[in-house]
Order: sequence, then C-alpha cells, then structure tokens
Amino acid sequence: MTTFLHDTTTIFRREFVPVVREPLGLVFEMGQPLLFLFLFGSLLDGAVGASWQWFVPGILVMMCLTGPLSSGYNLLVELIGGSMERLMVTPVDRTALLIGRALKEMTILFAQAVLIIVLALPLGFELHLAGAVAGVALLVVFGVGLGSLSFVLAMRSAPSGELFYVVTQGLLFPLLLLSGVLLPTDSGPAWLRVVGDVNPVTYIVEAQRALFAGDLTDVSVLYGAAMSFAVAALGLWLGNRAMRRGV
Amino acid sequence: MIHARGLTRVFTMKKARVEAVRGIDLDVEAGQLVAFLGPNGAGKSTTLRMLTTLLPPTSGTATVAGRDVARDPAGVRARIGYVGQKNSAGENHRVRDELVTQGRCYGLSASEARDRAAELLALLDLEPLADRKPGTLSGGQRRRLDIALGLIHRPALLFLDEPSTGLDPRSRADIWAHILRLRETYGTTLFLTTHYLEEADSMAERVIIIDNGTIIADGTAGQLKNDLAGDHITITTHTERDAAEAARIAGATADGLTVTSRVAGAASALPELLRTLEAAGVKVATAETTRPTLDDVFLALTGRSLSDDDLPA
Repeated sequence: MTTFLHDTTTIFRREFVPVVREPLGLVFEMGQPLLFLFLFGSLLDGAVGASWQWFVPGILVMMCLTGPLSSGYNLLVELIGGSMERLMVTPVDRTALLIGRALKEMTILFAQAVLIIVLALPLGFELHLAGAVAGVALLVVFGVGLGSLSFVLAMRSAPSGELFYVVTQGLLFPLLLLSGVLLPTDSGPAWLRVVGDVNPVTYIVEAQRALFAGDLTDVSVLYGAAMSFAVAALGLWLGNRAMRRGV
Repeated sequence: MIHARGLTRVFTMKKARVEAVRGIDLDVEAGQLVAFLGPNGAGKSTTLRMLTTLLPPTSGTATVAGRDVARDPAGVRARIGYVGQKNSAGENHRVRDELVTQGRCYGLSASEARDRAAELLALLDLEPLADRKPGTLSGGQRRRLDIALGLIHRPALLFLDEPSTGLDPRSRADIWAHILRLRETYGTTLFLTTHYLEEADSMAERVIIIDNGTIIADGTAGQLKNDLAGDHITITTHTERDAAEAARIAGATADGLTVTSRVAGAASALPELLRTLEAAGVKVATAETTRPTLDDVFLALTGRSLSDDDLPA
C-alpha cells in the first residue's frame, strides 16, 4: 500500500509538474468554455429564464466532457513514443500509472470548475455553496471515469491512434448536443427527448442544474450521482485491467 | 544473468498463428557484452520483450537477474535496465525531471533520485541539456538520455534494443564510447540487439544470431566466422593454364583467371601457398586474403544476406 501511494505520487508529480511550469497552457485549454460562458451566456440571458443558473452548470459539464475525453491523447502520444514502455519496465505499480494520471486530470478539472464559477459570479450567477460543492465533487467523479475510459481508448488505439480520434470526435458532439448542455431540449421534437433520455450526460446535466440551484434533494441528483459513480467505476475497472495487461 | 529454456511466443494475427519465437535456450553470464543479431521479424524484439517482462511468454521459462519473468516480473524489473527502440523520455517533461521520475519509479528517495540524475547527466554529457525538453535535443543526445534513464538504478544488467539505429556515424561512435565506458565503470552486463553487423563484430564479445524465431549461431565473432564462413585466398594469374594449375594445387576451382579457395588462417597460409605455386612454375599476378564478415556467416547459414533483409519494419 505504501508503494502504491509512493508510486501514485510519483506519477501524479510527473504529470503535474509540466502544468505548473507552463500554466498558460491551462488558460488556453479553457478558452472554449470561457468563450461559451461569456458569448452564449449573454445571448441566452433572458431566453431561458434564469440564464446563468441554467447555463453555468452546462458549461461545467461541457468542460468535464472535453477535458477528460481528450486526456487519453497525452497517453496515446506516450504509447506511440517509447516513454510508456519505459515506465512499464520499471517496477512502478501499474494501477498507480492509471490513478496518478487520473488524479492530475481531476486536479485540473477542479481548478477549472472553480475558476468558471468565480468568473460567473459577477455576471449574476447565484451561488448555493452546499449545492456547488456537491456539484463540483460529482463532476470530478464523472471526469475521472471518463478520463479513464479515454486512457483505455488510447491503449486500444495505439500504435496508429486513429481509433482514438474517430471515437472521441464522433462521441463528443452528439453527447454534448443531445444532452441539453447548451440548449434546452424540452421544446424539441419527441425523438430528441428519447435520445436525450438514453444519453448518460443528460442525467449529469440535470443533476448539476438541480445542485447549483441549491436543490440537493431533487430526484435528478440521485440519478446524476448514480450515473457519475457508474461511469467512474466502469472507467477505473477497465483502465486498471488494461494497464495490468501491459502495453 | 539470463537463463532461458524453451522460450516461445505465439501471436494470433487475423486468426493465423504466428510463431515469433520458437523455443529459445539462452545463457548469458554476468559481465558479458552480447549482441543479438538477426533480420527484421526474426524474433529479436519479441525475445527482448519477454526477457524484460513486457510480454508474457506463451511457453518456456526465463530467469533474468535471478528472478523468474513470469512468477516475479516486479523482481526482474527492479534489477534490470531497459533502453527501448524508441525514445524513452516524455515530450512534455524536462530531461532532469524525467531522470528523477525514473529514479522514483525504482523506489529511490527524492534526494537519491536527484543525486543519481546529476551523476548520469555528467556521465553521459547531458548536463547543459538538463532543463530542456527532449524535443529540442539531437538524435544522439536523445539516445544518451535514453541510456541514462535505463541506468538510473545502477542495474547489473542492461538491455538495449537497437541503441544506435538511425544515428549518424559520429553519434553512433559516440554512443558506443558511452556504452563501453559505463561497462568499464559499473561492470554492467549488456544484452543488445543491433542490425549494424560491423558494430556487433567489433564491440560484442559474443554474437547470437536469430532467424525465424530460432537461434542459429552463438559464439564470438571470430569463432563464427572461422567455423561457418572461413577465410578466403584469392589469386589471379596471367593465363588460364596457370589458373588451372593453381586451382589444382590450392584444392579449389578456377573461374577464368581467378582462383578462390577457403582456408583457415588465410594470412599465414598465403606465403606458403605462393612458395608452392612458384616452385610449380605458376606465375601469380595478384594475391589477397579476405576475412569473412558476419554477413558471410549469415549467408552461409541461411543462404540469404542479412543486409538485404534490412528493410525498415
């Protein structure tokens, strides 16, 4: 267990140090959510009732999809190069290789979420602290699961990597658009609502909206939490299995 | 240091069974410098990947640095170093950071890892590059970094997969100087694959040739050449009559004005042969001896040339 913690810290540090060395990269990565926040948020103002209350959770979920989903990219690059193989020949714990990386994604996601919330406050976003804390926590859980799935995809895609790009790009927009993250689907045609109902992201968004409205006991929170933990469990299980099997 | 028995790896590709390595027996003692030679697809890398725990054997056993690769892979990993075919350092990380991370992965404390990193940066002439990223280094510098990463925990046994491939001749010579130096400094056992025959010839004490997943030759370069290819004496004469006479005396056949015969120790046999020919009244125009190359050895064993096969994988 102590080796596992030691190894997880080692891998986390390895991944995190470059972020600290070049923090600007983090800001660029946030360009899209920030642009969406200021541009669409202002456009939607008044169109969907309490716009910021509705829109900020959506932006957070969007960030939580794009970031973790593409987090396998770095791993893919390391798999195509020789650095992952080099780590696999060291006695470092294989599960730590996964958890250390996932922890870095978690930390970044957390920082980004807090930043978005803070930036939205002066725009008129109303903060319900308990709900916001629960919301961000759920997002991080969901993000870890999604990030691990992205790692698995990267491992399956090496050495060409084609599969990785096809799946992430093919998945991202349908998941986003058909979940009501950015635009409400309530007034859409019936098929859209049916598709929305099978989209796991829909449950996450609805839970987030309830939580950020301070509605901690809303039933959507239960569904959203169940979905987040299910994705996390599945991701970590598959990720761990893939890492142990080797590259 | 390495003891393998019946080591076999079978891949299933598109439902076809491909036997990449077929029952290899291998014994390498501590302190040896072994070159593992063979054409692409012969099973070099697959063997190396099994010995370094990257790939479980389909059957057979291997004990590496005193530990079984299948039963105690972590024990093997802790005791060996590995320099893969591709560059080992992550693109986002500074040279020194990667070395320290590598040390931590082998269980060194933070200060030990920093000390070792500094020592290796000095040993491999990487000090001025310590705060740069791998992408800004030259091919030779990156390769030296790969070797440094493989040495961070002072392994008694280091595997190198094509350490000098893709480098210009000067960088290759430089890498070799470093490999030989670390061997002198630490007494490291070295097991490397290469497809530069002249490198295996001049550097390795022992050459193992693999083809089609089977070891087909094993010995010093000198032994292999003497036993399997042999020295040659080539003589040319002015007339075909002289050539025929020379061929009779040398126990060879003439091809026009040229007579080539295989002899052990050609350089010392040549003066004697010339004297005999002179006594028999044969006028010799030119005479030369040729030492075989490892490629001749491979040719003699398989009927193919190793360099012809040397296409990029």
